[in-house]
Amino acid sequence: MSFINYASREINCKIVYYGPGLCGKTTNLQFIYEKTNPQNKGQLISLATETDRTLFFDFLPLDLGTVRGFRTRFHLYTVPGQVFYDASRKLILKGVDGVIFVADSQEARQDANIESLDNLRINLRENGFDVMAVPYALQFNKRDMPTAMPYELMFRELNIKGEPTFEAVATKGVGVFETLKAVAKQVLHELSKK
Amino acid sequence: MSMMGHSLVVYEEEFERINSILSRLWVDANAKIVFLVDKNGQQIAAKGDLEKVDATSLASLTAGNVAATDGLARLIGEKEFSILFHEGEKDNIHISIVSQRLILVVIFDERSSLGLVRLRVRKSAAELEEVLTLMASKAAQEGQAQPSPFAEITDEDIDALFSE
Repeated sequence: MSFINYASREINCKIVYYGPGLCGKTTNLQFIYEKTNPQNKGQLISLATETDRTLFFDFLPLDLGTVRGFRTRFHLYTVPGQVFYDASRKLILKGVDGVIFVADSQEARQDANIESLDNLRINLRENGFDVMAVPYALQFNKRDMPTAMPYELMFRELNIKGEPTFEAVATKGVGVFETLKAVAKQVLHELSKK
Repeated sequence: MSMMGHSLVVYEEEFERINSILSRLWVDANAKIVFLVDKNGQQIAAKGDLEKVDATSLASLTAGNVAATDGLARLIGEKEFSILFHEGEKDNIHISIVSQRLILVVIFDERSSLGLVRLRVRKSAAELEEVLTLMASKAAQEGQAQPSPFAEITDEDIDALFSE
């Protein structure tokens, strides 16, 4: 749920990175953090375990500049991908404006991708959203892995509504901003309809 | 404050009222920082020594904290825990829920006390609730009188945002 402040002329939107464990959601955020000018970003907060697995969420506030006289801020969140953190995932989707699903291209992780996508659908619904209506982009991460599945096969199994789909290598930044931009675009267009 | 579609919208007049309530609470409670966040982690207004803290992170973590606690509440059959209190060596954080929708946060040290903060927060929360109710009825009357500031946004506008 975006927050529009007419007094300070600001708009804040919430984007959530979803996907199975170890697919690279946090890596997406880390790359965005590294590549963004200091004045346009806040702290990257990671609530992680001792072994750097996301425990609750990562959070990165991003200032994109001004649209129509309004300062536009995106708050990027990741969910913990591991299956047993479902209660936390549900909480983080609350009030979401746009979702990026990060899929792991490795063949061995395709079942986890599909399971996580189903889980996204359910958790969105429980928060009052329809995956078919929410601003949404799909990212196939880890395209550089030797066991990466063919794009077409992944597209067939994971693309649900013709959403913009990107190939990425998040550790090197490939496709990271493209994915974010695709969903930000939809979020802002959605706001224009209200 | 009103619902515009799924958005939380705040206009000048109510923003000023909220700010003045927070300012009074800040003084009356002898607090270091007072701020108001919505349950999704968006900061609405703040008052106090804000230069020393990362207000955006504070807002987001507060909302995460409340969300997790709400989850705990439901698990044991409670609707919510309306007050949370974190005690530190020097600074303490008092968190309370306003109208089930907003989070009022007070950060204070030994110059104040939990009792005083509780007392003042109760009064301010009631005032904030009043503002919220008033705004909700105002929004219902005015309906969708005000068009979205983004009504005529173009792809070029959006591309410009990412050009750095």
